[in-house]
Amino acid sequence: MTQPAATSPVVRLAHVSRTYQSGALEVRALDDLSLEIPPDRFSVVIGASGSGKTTLLNLIGCIDAPSKGVVEVCRQNIAELDDDAVADFRARNIGFIFQTFSLIPVLSAYENVEYPLLLVGMPAAERRRRTTAMLEAVGLAAQAQRQPNELSGGQKQRVAIARALVKQPQLVLADEPTANLDSATGAAIIALMRRVQADSHTTFIFATHDPQLMSHADEIFAIRDGALLEHRRSGA
Amino acid sequence: MIGVLVKIAWRNIVRNRRRSLMTASAVAAGALAMLLFLGYTTYIFLGMETGNVQHLGHLRVFRAGYFLYGAGNPTAYGIDGYREVMREIGDDPVLKPMIRVLTPAQSLMGIAANYRSDNAASRTFFGEGIIPSDRARMLGWDQYHTGIFHPLDPGMSDADESSGLVGTGLARILNLCAPLKLPDCPPAPAAAPAEEHRGPVNADIAELAGRDAPQAEQAPEGAQIDLLAATVGGAPNVVSLHVASTQPQGAKELDDAYVLMHLGLAQQLVYGREEHKVTAIVLQLRDSRYMSAARARLNALFRERQLGLEVRDFGELVPFYGQVIRLFSSIFLFIALVMGMIVLFAVVNTMTMNVMERINEIGTSRAMGVRRSRIRAQFLIEGTFIGLIGTVVGAALAIGIATLVNRSGITWIPPGNAIPIPLHLDVLGRPLRAASICVGLVLVATAAALLPANRAARLSVVDALRHI
Repeated sequence: MTQPAATSPVVRLAHVSRTYQSGALEVRALDDLSLEIPPDRFSVVIGASGSGKTTLLNLIGCIDAPSKGVVEVCRQNIAELDDDAVADFRARNIGFIFQTFSLIPVLSAYENVEYPLLLVGMPAAERRRRTTAMLEAVGLAAQAQRQPNELSGGQKQRVAIARALVKQPQLVLADEPTANLDSATGAAIIALMRRVQADSHTTFIFATHDPQLMSHADEIFAIRDGALLEHRRSGA
Repeated sequence: MIGVLVKIAWRNIVRNRRRSLMTASAVAAGALAMLLFLGYTTYIFLGMETGNVQHLGHLRVFRAGYFLYGAGNPTAYGIDGYREVMREIGDDPVLKPMIRVLTPAQSLMGIAANYRSDNAASRTFFGEGIIPSDRARMLGWDQYHTGIFHPLDPGMSDADESSGLVGTGLARILNLCAPLKLPDCPPAPAAAPAEEHRGPVNADIAELAGRDAPQAEQAPEGAQIDLLAATVGGAPNVVSLHVASTQPQGAKELDDAYVLMHLGLAQQLVYGREEHKVTAIVLQLRDSRYMSAARARLNALFRERQLGLEVRDFGELVPFYGQVIRLFSSIFLFIALVMGMIVLFAVVNTMTMNVMERINEIGTSRAMGVRRSRIRAQFLIEGTFIGLIGTVVGAALAIGIATLVNRSGITWIPPGNAIPIPLHLDVLGRPLRAASICVGLVLVATAAALLPANRAARLSVVDALRHI
């Protein structure tokens, strides 16, 4: 979990296209898109439904591969890695926060947060220390042993945030993280993520429609029809 | 890492407890059926082996050629100097510790007749001459603790050469129902007058037997029959046999012709005043596992001494034994195949449902960095757990049911037997087989999970995350 040089982008996409085959029809989700995302920023990808936001996040998250172009994450060309190496790369460097929380239902809040540390083979004592600290950071120390179905939506998303951050990744990707939350809870979650980002210097990249979330962004990437429409910096 | 996979697998089984229980029940039913049948076949196999070893011994030494050709004329295949051969076998340092009983036996055929009855009757017989005390020891062999003890031959003793026993059928045929007080012996239909019925053979036997009259008069009270056979020299010979008791035989053909007598009497009938020989030297071993080693040693010994003898085991002497084993083994294989298929389909079905319900969870795990192989392992572990639970429950039920049956005192008459014996399900009698069944079922359950597990491992992360 080495930190990249402050100036080098944590994500670099060069002439990336992604096409899907839908029956006889070829759908172009991303079209010759190039962008760079600087580290230690709260970046937001915005765009209408079907604009290619989620596809872009999938490529950055290394869970999808481009049809054309180069995707570099944390200065690693993802095309150079085989399937297991990509999985290991994700386990070390990328945290995910999903719209539907996606906690493992048979694991407690504590075990869900601990899971990514098991994937990177962290020793038990360190695992325990980090998991407990992370649950305290998201305000769920008291609910650590609860199962996901015993938690509210907001609590589940806090667990998901803790799970994404516990391994101290270079990059956290969140696809509509507040979409399934009421506005008050959504605001609390955004504040939490902002605080955690400031503390950990992790790069956050969101795909969202949420204006509340956009207002917190350091960088905004507007996508339309699979192409980068606009890149704005906060205060620019 | 394997710990968390096991934890997730186990908790998913508990979470879907009804489905898991149904699937484990199918595995348990398979284990129960196979283990009980194994227990039954084990009992049959060991019971048959015990019965055969008690009566025939493990190995029999014959003069070369007897096994293939001797049945037509057993006396022509007598073993010369059998006492010397027995001494060599008994003193052999390799064989000595293996042998439990070493005894001679004489097979013979002839005509049995009861001319003393008003309804004189005769019938060809198949007989064996044995040493009663040796036979009594042989009947006590029970290596597998089957509890099968054939009754000793009542009324026979080493000291009394004139007494023997006959098959119940032969006793009935020879009109010995009344003197022997045989049960289940309805009066025969009215026969032709005695004078007309007595044929020349009966007359001859009566005449020949008359020469033994003093001996017959000394015989104890009971039934007396005469046995006619040709001696080795071709001359007719006759002896009187005091029928001390009857013994039912499993097959009617044998029951209607069987005579068991003292070796001395058999030799007197067959060899007369010539050198007394025997048709077989019987070896009953302490343990059936010694059989091939003992056989090899005997063959080596006979080759070395150029004795012209051959060795046959009880399986060769009683082909029915091998046929029963093959029959039950094929039935067992069939049951195992059916049960295996049921388990296979039940586990495939359950694991496919488990994968379908957890596609999003699989996508999440993969996105977090779980390798495909670990996703596969997780579902394989689930299949293994279901197999283990089912097998343990099935095995416990099988042992419980077998214990109940074994304690219930149920008896039955197995094929080829005439006397009821206790039914015993020996589930753990062949522990390696029982373990193979259990391990096999767990492997089938694991293998059945492989297909859905592979499907789960091959899922595209993006498609899995999109799945609701």
